[in-house]
Amino acid sequence: MIKIDCPFCGVRDHSEFSYGGDGSIEWPALDASASDWVTAVYERDNIRGKQWETWHHLYGCRQWLLVERDTLTHEIHTVKLAHSGCGQLSR
Amino acid sequence: MSATRVDGYGWSLGAATLNFSWDGTRYQGREGDTLASALLVNNVGPIGRSFKYHRPRGITSAGVEESGALVTVGQGDRRDPNVRATTQTLYEGLQAYGQNAWPNVRYDAGAINNVMGRFFAAGFYYKTFFGLPPFDTGSGTGVWMKYESLIRKAAGMGSASTAPDPDHYEHAHGFCDVLVVGSGPAGRRAASVAVQSGLNVWLVEQDSAFGGTDLSATDNRQQLIGQSIAELEAAGVTLLKRTTAFGLYDNAVAGLLERVTDHEADPSPWLPRQRFWTVRATRIILATGALERGYAFAHNDRPGVMTPSAAATYLNRYGVLAGQTICIGTNNDSAYRTATDLAKAGAVVTLLDARTRLQHPQLSDAAKAAGVNVRLRSLPGKALGRCSVTGVKTAVLAGREWRAQSRIACDALLVSGGWSPVVHLLSHRGVRPVWNETLQAFLPGETSEPISVCGSAAGYWSEQQCLDSGEAAAHDAVDAMAGVTGTATISVPLGWDNPIAPLYALNIDTRSGQTKAFVDLQHDVTSSDIALAHREGFVSVEHMKRYTTLGMANDQGKNGNVIGLALLADALGTAIDSVGTTTFRPPYTPVAIGALAGPHKGSHFRPLRRTPLHAWNLAAGGTLIEAGLWQRPWYFKQTNESLEETYSREARVTRQRVGLCDVTSLGKIAVQGPDAAEFLDRVYTNPFKTLQPGRARYGIMLRDDGMVFDDGTTWCLSPTDYFMTTTTAHAGAVLQRLEELLQVRWPELRVHVSSVTDQWAGVSVAGPLARQVLEQCVADAETVSDAALPFMGVIDTELQHAIPARIARISFSGELGYEVYTPSGFGPEMMTQLWTEAQAVGGCLYGLEALNTLRIEKGHVTGAELDGNITLQDAGLGNMGASSKAYVGSVLKDRPELRREDRPSLVGLSPVNTSERFNAGSLLYAPDKVGGHPIGWVTGVTFSPQYDHWIGIGYIEGGATAWPTTDIVCTDPIRGAQTTVRVSTAHRYDPEGARVRG
Amino acid sequence: MASRYSMWSVFRNGLSGQQHWDRVWRDPEPASHYDVVIVGGGLHGLATAYYLKKMHGIRRVAVLEKGWIGGGNAGRNTTIVRSNYRLPGNREFYEHSLSLWENLSHELNYNVMFSQRGHVTVLHSPGAIDTFSRTYNTLRMTGSDGEFWDLDTLKKNIPHLNYAADARFPIYGATVQPRAGTARHDAVVWGYARAADALGVDLIQNCEVTGITRDADRIASLQTSRGVITGDKTAFAVAGHTSQLWHMAGLGGLPIESHKLQAFVSEPLKPLLDHVVAFSVGGGLFYVSQSDKGGMVFGGDLDWYKSYAQRGNLPMVQNVAECATALLPCLGRVRLLRHWAGVMDMSMDGSFFICKTPLSNLYLNAGWNYGGFKASPASGWYFADLIANDRPHDVIRHHDLQRFARGYIIDERGAGADPKLHG
Repeated sequence: MIKIDCPFCGVRDHSEFSYGGDGSIEWPALDASASDWVTAVYERDNIRGKQWETWHHLYGCRQWLLVERDTLTHEIHTVKLAHSGCGQLSR
Repeated sequence: MSATRVDGYGWSLGAATLNFSWDGTRYQGREGDTLASALLVNNVGPIGRSFKYHRPRGITSAGVEESGALVTVGQGDRRDPNVRATTQTLYEGLQAYGQNAWPNVRYDAGAINNVMGRFFAAGFYYKTFFGLPPFDTGSGTGVWMKYESLIRKAAGMGSASTAPDPDHYEHAHGFCDVLVVGSGPAGRRAASVAVQSGLNVWLVEQDSAFGGTDLSATDNRQQLIGQSIAELEAAGVTLLKRTTAFGLYDNAVAGLLERVTDHEADPSPWLPRQRFWTVRATRIILATGALERGYAFAHNDRPGVMTPSAAATYLNRYGVLAGQTICIGTNNDSAYRTATDLAKAGAVVTLLDARTRLQHPQLSDAAKAAGVNVRLRSLPGKALGRCSVTGVKTAVLAGREWRAQSRIACDALLVSGGWSPVVHLLSHRGVRPVWNETLQAFLPGETSEPISVCGSAAGYWSEQQCLDSGEAAAHDAVDAMAGVTGTATISVPLGWDNPIAPLYALNIDTRSGQTKAFVDLQHDVTSSDIALAHREGFVSVEHMKRYTTLGMANDQGKNGNVIGLALLADALGTAIDSVGTTTFRPPYTPVAIGALAGPHKGSHFRPLRRTPLHAWNLAAGGTLIEAGLWQRPWYFKQTNESLEETYSREARVTRQRVGLCDVTSLGKIAVQGPDAAEFLDRVYTNPFKTLQPGRARYGIMLRDDGMVFDDGTTWCLSPTDYFMTTTTAHAGAVLQRLEELLQVRWPELRVHVSSVTDQWAGVSVAGPLARQVLEQCVADAETVSDAALPFMGVIDTELQHAIPARIARISFSGELGYEVYTPSGFGPEMMTQLWTEAQAVGGCLYGLEALNTLRIEKGHVTGAELDGNITLQDAGLGNMGASSKAYVGSVLKDRPELRREDRPSLVGLSPVNTSERFNAGSLLYAPDKVGGHPIGWVTGVTFSPQYDHWIGIGYIEGGATAWPTTDIVCTDPIRGAQTTVRVSTAHRYDPEGARVRG
Repeated sequence: MASRYSMWSVFRNGLSGQQHWDRVWRDPEPASHYDVVIVGGGLHGLATAYYLKKMHGIRRVAVLEKGWIGGGNAGRNTTIVRSNYRLPGNREFYEHSLSLWENLSHELNYNVMFSQRGHVTVLHSPGAIDTFSRTYNTLRMTGSDGEFWDLDTLKKNIPHLNYAADARFPIYGATVQPRAGTARHDAVVWGYARAADALGVDLIQNCEVTGITRDADRIASLQTSRGVITGDKTAFAVAGHTSQLWHMAGLGGLPIESHKLQAFVSEPLKPLLDHVVAFSVGGGLFYVSQSDKGGMVFGGDLDWYKSYAQRGNLPMVQNVAECATALLPCLGRVRLLRHWAGVMDMSMDGSFFICKTPLSNLYLNAGWNYGGFKASPASGWYFADLIANDRPHDVIRHHDLQRFARGYIIDERGAGADPKLHG
């Protein structure tokens, strides 16, 4: 069972979260070229090992998180909020 | 066998006599017995029949590793096949039956397979049965499937009930610092040390009693166990017995199965049968013990052959002496104490030891003193007898070879080939066990996970070492939790006083291929099967396992795996550790699927979402239907109406007068913040920045890949506050998507989104008299006048009795229509007000079916049309895509293949012969090419009261303009229907939209 | 393949104590050069090697396997074979595969135990019936078999599904493919291995590719744990781990993510279920059949997060168990014997790749999602055809890596570019 230490909620169980996808994708501007969009939407490095990925605290604070996780061992190394502004708002 | 109950033994027996039945015959046992000990003492004969050869089988162990005494317990819908008699606590009235036999396990016709056994070697079925005999000629699968039906009937073990399981199961969650698995000496010591260090400790035990090996000890340790358990309990340890830690998962999470009432004759209906625990620990200590294994020799599967430790358990724990004349074969020290116990209890005992000499002769001296006849360099070489052991042909070591020697009469044969630590749980974590040559055992491998192993599970055989290792494991856990590393030291396992002699198979009877020596009793895998696998090149351990089916039966190789590996290593001329090992998978022992499902069954399989108008709809005569997790009104039937008559009436009345429909399940999202308009402009294909307060707009969202994702109207309440509606199906996904866009991609936007689906009850009021109805319901009729509330207008107002309402003038039906929302709690009152007025003007209630009729007439799309492969163009919504701005999906929607003119696009469909009907899911073909992939398909059909015939909506290549006058073949072969249809625009009813503006 | 298998050979060897069976395949030392080197000794690689020899007469073919053949998803799937795919390309491909399955035991002289017991998709709403009718009508119109069973027919055929009034999702009917069924997964591996070996293919086990040397836009050589091996053509068939080799070949991203799928088997039971039964409702996916040994073999959705671990976690175990008891309430008392996981190449539209690559002598077979086992005969057939002729067959011409740029999406579920949704 994966446990994620949500920056807002603390350590929470697997079943509260929803996996998003590859967190390293740089999303192009809405009017960027088709090839940029094809790359962003379809191409994945598919790392076997540590990778950045997005998780959504669906049944919790509903924040999207950036999680550095090992895809082979499921070990989680880093968890942070995807939205950098949230950190500034919290005191 | 002639087992007897012996006075003065049986530490865990109670006083009461219990009646039970075996294959319909009544027998008696004692309180504290297992079914196995009770069957044993009653000398019932064969208890099981083997999987393939249907050989008679008896009790081989006293625990979860049992491979012979698999029985069926209970009757009717509580029938449980494949129960290990060794772990089933006896209770009054227990009914047990033999299985995998006809007519019964004593006289089984299937035993013919044993006679044919010489042909039934490992994997023989891969070489034949696929064609006509004798050369398996022919083609196709017909011949195989005839064989298969026979094979299926012969295979399997017990027979499961086909009735729904009447029992219920509970899910529970536990949290602790340290989870200790196993309550033997090592586990109890570990728990004790950990709890004294201030940790929150759980101790779980699969047996019906705490104590582990102490329960079977020569001396009565009931008091000692009781005292230590009481101390643990007093110190705050959470203690669970009859609870198996069946699997270890990521992050020190253990799955436990607690058998709550399986041992009770008359369980309380308020108790669950079993409880599935998910325990989240910080550290796990495995004190799971070791299992004694046998070795392969001729007829080692005869009833009456078991392990010495099992015999010791039956004697000491249950007071049952397994036989009167007992022969023991061993390669290690542990059997000596058993031999002594059995002799003291009155049996005549011969102990054959494979070893040539004992470094510590005290071991045999004690046995001899108790009257045991000890012979070194000797082993049982073949079991004699058919349905029970009557004797043994011994083998003697002459030089390096074993030779047949003499016969000894016996009625019980105990064999030990060594001990296998229970490393299964660690193996679940992908940690490979490591072969230890000295101990002739796989020991737990190194792991970085927070798991320690102690006691005999780690290869410590002596009681003192087990206690020490338990203590060390606890210190290890305490240190780790305190962030300290490596203060605890655990010595290496010392092994036995007298080294164990490797012993896996003994073959003194090679002449006859009919003599079988079993490696895996349950799956009838013999030593010659392993040899055959090797001969045919199945030399990877996984290939050998799969080819012979070794270790794939109920015991999952608890007994046979090590023997099989050793035999393969021997055949390859290599060491066991270079052959490798197979991976043990959860569960450690089988777990009822119902326990894993817990309460989530029947009507509780998934949560049920009801609208605030649910009861109101039912009271009004509504029939409901599932829409995702929601239940929505399907139709409101009047007396003697058919479904078709009902929805036709509802649609007709709505078109002519007014209809009301509960639309609460539509997703509703509050989109708020200074950048809300910008945000909406990016997620919708059409412009939203121009939307003024008090106005609503229909919008479509695309996915990143340019396909249509969802649609709905969004209402502008103020420049910073929007009320978005989504489809019922995608409400959750849209919210999740919006949050992702805001938090991950566009953090610069100052927007917050929040689901308000459950906060509002919604009713669609549609039809030419809709305004009239509303006027009667709102506090001030002027607020809903055409001027105050024009098409696509939005107001916040009040209904009668000061009920707050939010009304948008929008239409899905194509009629003058409004969606009226009120805070959920006011829903029924709002509905009552609207319905009172609608009834007064001859209106109706309508459900999803009529909604479908209205929208098909009008040509509006739903999920059936927007199936995830549809572009704006395909859906006839090309004009919804703004060219003046970029939005999500705007780039990829224009990829070349998606812009092809011949892509299917949305059309209306009508039968040429208007008396005919057709089905959604039908395919469309040009009349000159009916076959192959279709040129279109039907997504929705309805009987249209407006047009007085069936109409449909669907897609066809090139759209309506490509087939202006063609008779299109509309076929539905799987439902045996075919019609001819004509294609038209999908927007057939009031295409100018005059009525919605009326 | 020195001896032909048949009841006669089983009988003869039974009389002679099983002493005269040959090795099922050789254990050759790798040569330094081959015409075609296939990386991956799973079902797809083995089938490819077989058809390269059989159909195209390629002389020197090797299959390199890092562990033991069939050790990946070939040996850890739920053994279902069906062809109920709707979209052009997929339809023809899987139909071809099913027709190969129907004669595979004879083709390979090895009983792969393909049991055409029928695949039944249980449907829980009128809308689901319409959606699935579109697919099954397409099967019928393209020369395959498909049926609709109304509730009465379904009850007659499978009496112990959950027809109860209090079922959370009532059953309305089912779509059925009678020719679909199950096969014995290991047998297919060994059958192809034996047949390929007999045609002269070198099956090289314990041979891991550890490095790839490029010569401009060609693959020059493969470094392996058993030495350097070169091939005029190199073919990857390592679904689950395609991206690793792809990176090793110095290539960039792929439209693939690796996810894990769990599978489950119960204790062996006497016949309890005579069909393959599947359903998808309420966010749950479930499929079950009974093996010839008697175990109920079942599975459900992916674990929902990317993973290369061949072991699952409890939430999906629970989810699948819930689906099991929801569909077949008698399974509540049936005991789970074993559960495990395999790593799937999940592609961005749920369909596979059999195609050429940016490197001129490298060919790719990947992205099998859930469909790999049933696909394996056709996968080998079309991949061999591609490698031998250096051009894609018409049936698979859209199953390339460039289809996303073109906008030719082969998405049976309409789930979009999210690999975890293509189960």
